[in-house]
Amino acid sequence: MEGSTALVADPSGRRMIESAVVRFAGDSGDGMQLTGSQFTLATALAGNDLATFPDFPAEIRAPVGTTFGVSAFQINFGARVIKTSGDELDVLVAMNPAALKVNLADVNPGGLLILDSGAFNERNFTKAGYRQDPRADGSLKGFRVIEVDMSQMTQDALKASGLSKKEALRCKNMWALGLVYWMFGRQRQATVDWLNGKFRARPDIAAANIAALNAGHAFGETAELGADAAAYLVPPAEIAPGLYRNVTGAEALSWGLVAGAKGAELKLVFCSYPITPASSILHSLANLKDHGVVTFQAEDEIAAVCAAIGASYAGGIGVTSSSGPGVALKTEAMGLAISAELPLVIVNSQRAGPSTGMPTKTEQSDLYQAVFGRNGDSPLVVLSARSPADCFDVAIEAVRIATKFMTPVILLSDGYIANASEPWRLPDAASLPRFPVTFASDPTGFQPFNRDPETLARVWAVPGTPGLEHRIGGIEKASDSGNISYDPANHQKMTNLRRDKVLGVARDVPAQAFEAGGPGDRLVVVGWGSTYGPISRAVDNLRNEGHAVAHLHLRHIWPLARNLGELLAGFDRILVPEMNDGQLVTLLRSEYLVPAQGLSKVNGKPFKISEIEAAVRDRLEA
Amino acid sequence: MSAEVIAATPAPKAAKDYASDQEVRWCPGCGDYAILKAVQKTLADFQADTAKTVFISGIGCAARFPYYMSTYGFHTIHGRAPAFATGVKLTNPELDVWVVSGDGDALSIGGNHLLHVLRRNVDLQLLLFNNEIYGLTKGQYSPTSRVGTRSPSTPGGSLDTPVSAGNFALGAGARFFARSVDTQQKHLPEVLKRAREHRGTSLVEIFQNCIVYNDGAFGDFTERSVAADRQILLEHGKPMIFGKDADKGLRLAPRTAQGGKLALEVVTLGENGITEADLLVHDETDRAMAGLLAALQPPQMPVALGVLFCDPAPSYEASVTGEVDAAKHSHPANLAELLHKGHTWTVS
Repeated sequence: MEGSTALVADPSGRRMIESAVVRFAGDSGDGMQLTGSQFTLATALAGNDLATFPDFPAEIRAPVGTTFGVSAFQINFGARVIKTSGDELDVLVAMNPAALKVNLADVNPGGLLILDSGAFNERNFTKAGYRQDPRADGSLKGFRVIEVDMSQMTQDALKASGLSKKEALRCKNMWALGLVYWMFGRQRQATVDWLNGKFRARPDIAAANIAALNAGHAFGETAELGADAAAYLVPPAEIAPGLYRNVTGAEALSWGLVAGAKGAELKLVFCSYPITPASSILHSLANLKDHGVVTFQAEDEIAAVCAAIGASYAGGIGVTSSSGPGVALKTEAMGLAISAELPLVIVNSQRAGPSTGMPTKTEQSDLYQAVFGRNGDSPLVVLSARSPADCFDVAIEAVRIATKFMTPVILLSDGYIANASEPWRLPDAASLPRFPVTFASDPTGFQPFNRDPETLARVWAVPGTPGLEHRIGGIEKASDSGNISYDPANHQKMTNLRRDKVLGVARDVPAQAFEAGGPGDRLVVVGWGSTYGPISRAVDNLRNEGHAVAHLHLRHIWPLARNLGELLAGFDRILVPEMNDGQLVTLLRSEYLVPAQGLSKVNGKPFKISEIEAAVRDRLEA
Repeated sequence: MSAEVIAATPAPKAAKDYASDQEVRWCPGCGDYAILKAVQKTLADFQADTAKTVFISGIGCAARFPYYMSTYGFHTIHGRAPAFATGVKLTNPELDVWVVSGDGDALSIGGNHLLHVLRRNVDLQLLLFNNEIYGLTKGQYSPTSRVGTRSPSTPGGSLDTPVSAGNFALGAGARFFARSVDTQQKHLPEVLKRAREHRGTSLVEIFQNCIVYNDGAFGDFTERSVAADRQILLEHGKPMIFGKDADKGLRLAPRTAQGGKLALEVVTLGENGITEADLLVHDETDRAMAGLLAALQPPQMPVALGVLFCDPAPSYEASVTGEVDAAKHSHPANLAELLHKGHTWTVS
């Protein structure tokens, strides 16, 4: 469907297609996120590659039927490698007029709309802000439309269930899922098993949901949907062999922290204050007490980072997690961790700013805050994750660097990565990195700011160790002894040491490599974080068309990779797409004096592949 | 006795062994010196292990305290010491943690953290040096300054009502609240001893004289000439008697005397037929009574010193550690199992 043509007719009579983008949209109470995640599971089990994008309102239960209460879940799946959740929709399932209104602009010309006609009534038109029935005013012209009274059909299917009308109607998302399952030839068993597990205490509800799922499926099989709806077949993708699971960024990040703490042989102490979209990491880790994880829901963002620093001071690995506004509150304490030279991991699941901004909408606009946003000369390490699965590796790396260099590390994720999911080839747990920490223990010649000559990391002497009693703090300290020092030469020396220590991390991490293309290409696209998917697909597409375009994608935001300047110096066209107003591009220009140009997008949604392609073409022609 | 045995039995530590090699830099005559001495004495009384003792402070004059101890110490940021201390205890519950704070640090910028460390009941001692003034920033009024305090930021006298550390703590659900005075070197170590023995957050408010910016702020109940008549030294199970002749006491005021309100009143033994049996007996587990005692103000009423309230409950870090240990015990963790949990599929 998306950018692809029907390949051949399958013997089953299904039309074979290479990929498709489906979005389920309804009221925030309609269960669209559950519907989407079940479809994701069934699609993964069918062997497709995929990427998902949940998009939900900040309001917990916005007034039913309104546009600001619309919750959506998008999935792009295919027989080829899938890198984004898809630019445009091939199928939109709209459970009410508001869902249609909010999402229609994203549907491909000729795309398929599946509408619950039972919800298309005057009352809901008014709530959605439609003056008249959108089905009758020509606004759906050019789309294929299937109208089904899902509300009624769900009730009919559940007549014998004994459920009230209200309870029965809550199953209509499963009816819709059943229809879409039929459309793409998905197996229902995994969802049936999931429903039986979820509603173990209410077998009647489980049975009703399963009945609705089956009814939707049967409707697809038996109804004459005409030319508007075909049954499709999306063959399995060429995927590297291995054991897979779906993972969201928040899950992968949580597990990466656990793996990192195990690698360092330290107790993981995770201290956080609830904030969207970061809270899911706290929720995930709170369930991992059997791994020895301590989670602490602090009274505020400041207490969260302070407790994490206290944890590292006491010999654990302290981690705190938030989003931009919360990270802003943590900055003074981060300065203390820099000054006291303690390991600390700060996860920022970025969202649209400034101030409260748009809590549920993604953005990458905290790069300046991460690299520069503290008082004084206060360098620390900044890493970024490019995808949900990448969060696992980056979290391990954050713990490794923090403990090896005795420094705070900021890990930049974002709302898109945190909530989106993708299939993840499971690593072999036994071969994950191990980097056990050695605490100072020998009192002979001990000074709390003795350093490793190679890394410049100070020794880590943990309270409880006999003979190493010492005092540290945020006042400038004499190099070595750590005693308070206002000596001007010492402050210069300490400032240089803190800078050089962090810059030295670049020697400890891999050199930057090209994702695609290389030296000699006409243009390089430089990205970081969650723009990886669209940039990578756009560059692939352009290269397939014969354009000499390269792609660099940065994990290391500070310090920058040791060879990055060298790589960039070979290009006179450098394009930096970012979901901010131009932050990495400024950093690159100031560090390397290169003619990098920004491509900014801050509408709360990820880049489309086509937007990046267009920007590259534009510059190639210039 | 062999030489080995002698070496294995170190000499008992004296108070001075808890002092670091750093020169103490408070103003000459500052009440902090006396508190430092009392804390060092207390640790010596316990023969505390310097390696397992941690002093954590925020910002302010009092916050320099850790540098002067031979233990572990962490001088953190303004108001947040209780949060750092919570992280320390969650990571290593074995450490003996002392938080040193002032009235601005604990009750103004750090008010939120004080509230929450008290309600969580993290096992630590929190020493609140209350001098009713900002010292380090040169004399502005503080959240405990009395109304009308003239300071560089309140030249016409402060307008806002001060906070009572004791009533704040009791309202926050504190399980231990005690009070003493910097210069009362017999009383203060006794109170500190009780604080250290108590498992949970032990808040000790220490009236501390700032000789530069608020000298004599507590003179109306700490001067030698009036102390006995303006202080009541509380002891659990003992009648509430005070006065230089030990002839005054506290009792619940008859409802008619106070317009029907619940209140304490001072009575004199032997007057109007009052005997010791009429006096209140201090029950340190009585939160409501502790509130009444904490609110007593001189000169009409004596200032209540000693352990006003002590009612132990499980400490936060013990509960957290217990939960983690139980989970680890019931299901030994395995990273591979975690990653494989839920739906997986094999691509071949």
